[in-house]
This record gives sequence, structure tokens and C-alpha cells, in this order.
Amino acid sequence: MSVKLKLKSVSKSFSGTTVIDNFSLDVATGEMVCLIGASGSGKSTLLRCINLLEPIDNGEIWLDDFDIAEPSLDPDPIRRRIGLVFQSFNLFPHLTVMDNVTLAPRKVLGKGKLQAQAQAMELLERFGLSDKARAYPDHLSGGQQQRVAIVRTLAMQPELLLLDEITSALDPELVGEVLDVVRALKASRMTMLLATHEMAFAREVADRVCFLDEGRLIETAPPSALFTAPQEQRTREFLSRVL
Amino acid sequence: MTAFQPTITPLQLTRRQRHDRRLKRRSLVVSCISVLLVALILVLLVPKAPGWEAVKSSFFNWDILVKTFPKLLSAFVVDLKIFFWSAPLIFILSLAIALARNTRRPALFPLRLFGAVYTDVLRGVPVILLVYLIGFGIPGLGLPRPYNSPYIWGTVALVLGYSAYVAEVFRAGIESVHSSQSAAARSLGLSESDTMRYVVLPQAIRRQVPALMNFVIALLKDVALLSFIGPIEILRQANVYKSLMANFTPYVGAAIIFLCVTIPVTRYADYLLARQRNERTT
Repeated sequence: MSVKLKLKSVSKSFSGTTVIDNFSLDVATGEMVCLIGASGSGKSTLLRCINLLEPIDNGEIWLDDFDIAEPSLDPDPIRRRIGLVFQSFNLFPHLTVMDNVTLAPRKVLGKGKLQAQAQAMELLERFGLSDKARAYPDHLSGGQQQRVAIVRTLAMQPELLLLDEITSALDPELVGEVLDVVRALKASRMTMLLATHEMAFAREVADRVCFLDEGRLIETAPPSALFTAPQEQRTREFLSRVL
Repeated sequence: MTAFQPTITPLQLTRRQRHDRRLKRRSLVVSCISVLLVALILVLLVPKAPGWEAVKSSFFNWDILVKTFPKLLSAFVVDLKIFFWSAPLIFILSLAIALARNTRRPALFPLRLFGAVYTDVLRGVPVILLVYLIGFGIPGLGLPRPYNSPYIWGTVALVLGYSAYVAEVFRAGIESVHSSQSAAARSLGLSESDTMRYVVLPQAIRRQVPALMNFVIALLKDVALLSFIGPIEILRQANVYKSLMANFTPYVGAAIIFLCVTIPVTRYADYLLARQRNERTT
């Protein structure tokens, strides 16, 4: 299987504090990798770095056969190939669901209004949101908002999807509907990198789980191995606290 | 069976409700009495004050008010016209300045510097000074006929002065839109300018509508500053009548006309502010 994303010794610090420390990881096309670790272990920062929202200090980020961390590159064409879904949804509150979803396809990909809307409607239908197309985000539940945010990202037809603790801001009873969307994406062989606190979910859907601590990749293994027989002391400590 | 049913009428209130009602009734009665008392004192005592007759004939002369009001009203149309062509120009110029101050591209640094200097200088100078400087100064350079109009240069003075303030309102609005909104837009591949145009600015402007309304009210009043450089607008018209009739009632007439416009607009601005506060808290 080909490698979609390759991180080579990525490092990132904020004003002297190291947040990502010499991080290397390969993600194969169609693979789903879960990042677990305590708050502040660098999961979110790593995803933001891959999406080029944060410039990295050192290392390489290869998407297919391009080092996208090359500072002289224009980040916009690269970002449209990589979708990022945020913990706090970040829908545009002044736009309807439909306009949220069609804004980027129209302005970035140059699609016509009707074409973009038809494509958006297809996606909204697929995730049970077609009746919300004309609603504004603040009239939706948290779970619906997050599903719209995922649809908005999918409308750009990304090759790689980054999911940043997408259920952490949700009421417990709304988590399920969002995880169902991720299950459906996994079934369609979307390449995904997902930072999560939902250990049971990671165990269920991940092809591989990475444990991060203080910005370092401590251990990576298929979920069956990592959750039942962690090799590292720090992984064992973390798992004993959260499981 | 019916004998055991408690008789519940709408009047059967809880202790707390009875107490609250009693308090409410009492405060209503007290406030009515005190208003009546004050009104009575004013009506009875003010006319008895020494010099009241002079004040009345000088400021509240009914005949003069009736005679001058129509002309004042038509002069106010001039104020409204100046207002209506200044306001959109201020909106556009101040938005441009706010965006210039917000730019981070090195090639546009001169623009950014200009924006900063512009707002600093023009906010630090009285608007009336600008009106004199530009309204008298530029036509005084000897411009040909249609281009020396005080309407043009008075408008320019107002637009320059107000844009400095309004640009700051827009800038505050832009900065109040959380960075996660631009992050979301950028992550979808939108360029910096598209992010500003479609995501940040619409939210920034919407948020600043109440603040902008206050500048609408201030501008409505400050159009009268142009009376100093020529246009026969309401204040100058009132001034003419004051000299002609040796009476200040035309000023009061002008004040009444201003209030008829500014009070509703002020109330509307307050309503918008209150609504925005509610939206934030709920």
C-alpha cells in the first residue's frame, strides 16, 4: 500500500516550549490512525502542523511525493487537499448550512453555484442533514453542527482527513451520531488521522493507534496490541488512568 | 366526589405572589404621586419666576416658531442630503483604512503605515478644524466654479474626520472575530483575502452595527458644522432668523427638528445593543 502521509522528524515549539519533538510517522492510503495521549501531549498541534496552519521548526511532511513543509510553498493549494475538522466545529455562524458547505468549493475550486449545491446536498443527505440545509448553525445541536463541519470538509474532496478531538465538545448523548459518520468514512476507505479521547472508539475503528507524550511518539501498534499489551511504561500508566 | 375538590381560582396566589403584587402596587402609587407633585410645582412656580416672561418670549415664542418652522424644515433637507452622501463614503473609506491597517504583507507596509498615521492624526484633530481647513482652505486655492463648492469640501472634511473613527470600529470588529474562524476558512483552502471577505468581515460588520449607529447619530448632528463654511442648512437658517427677528426661538425649532430624527435613531441603536447583549448571554 502506498504511503499517503509521511512525517520525518517533525519538531515544533512555541516560544521555547517544545510541543512536537522529533516526530516520525507513516500513514498509508486508506489507513486510519488514532492519536491518543493526555491533554497537552501535542495531538492537536501535530494536526494543525500537517494542515500547515502552524509552521514547523524542523523536519519534513510528505504528502504523496511532495514535502509540503517546504517554507517557500504556497500553502493554499496544499490545504485544499487536506481536510481538518475542529473540536469546536468552527462553522461560519453568519452562513446557512448550505453556504457553509459550498463556500470553499465555489471560491477555491471555482465550482458553479448549482453544481456546488447539488454536490453539497448529496453529502448532507448521506449524513442525514438534508433538512438542515437552510438552517443557521446556532439552530443546530452540537452533534449536527459537527456533522455539518465534517460535510463542509468533505465537500473539498480531501485526500487526507484530520479529525481533532471532534467529540470532545459534545454532550455525551450526541457523541454517537458523530462517531457514526467517522465509521462511515472508514468504510469508504478515507485516509484519516484522528486525535481522540474516546479509547473505546479508537480500539474499535483504528487500524493503528499512536500514543503521544510530551510531543513524542512513545508507541505505535494496532489497537489490539496497544490496548492489551502496551510495551512502554508510560503507555501503561496512561492507559491505566483512562481505561 | 365534587365536594372534595379544592376550589382553585386564578386569584388564589401564593404568599410570594401576593407580597410582590402589594409591593408593585405601592411603588406605582408612590411614583404617580411624586410625578404629579413635581409637575404641579413646575407649572405653578416656573411662570412665577422673575424673568420668565423674557425667557418665554425669547426662546419659546409661538408665533415665531410657526413662522420659521417650514423654512427650517426645508433647510434640514440640506442636512439630510449631506448626511446621505457622506455616510456611504465614510463607510467605504473607513473599511479601506481598517483593511489597510490589518494587512500583513510586506509589500503593503506603506499602506499599513498610512492607515495608522491617518487614524492617529485625524482622530486627534477637532472635526470643526477640518471643516474650516478644508472647507475654506481648498476653495481658497482658486478652484474654478463647480469645484469650489463648500458642499464638496465640507463633505470631504466630514468624510475624512469620521472615517478615522469608523475605521477603528471596523478594526475592533475584525479583531473580535475569533481566530478559529480564519483557521477554519484557511484549512478549507480559502486564501487570506477570501477569508477576510467571506468569513471575517461579514461577522465583524454585523457585530459592530450598534457602534456604527452611534456614529450615524453623531454625523447627523455634525453636518450642522458645515453651516460655518456656507451651505444654508438648518443651523445657518436658524442663525439668519435669529438675527432677523432678534429672537432665539428659531434655534429651539432647529433643536426640535434634530431631536425628531436623533431620538428614534438613538432608541433604535440602544435596542440593537440590548439585543446583541442578550444574544451573547443566552
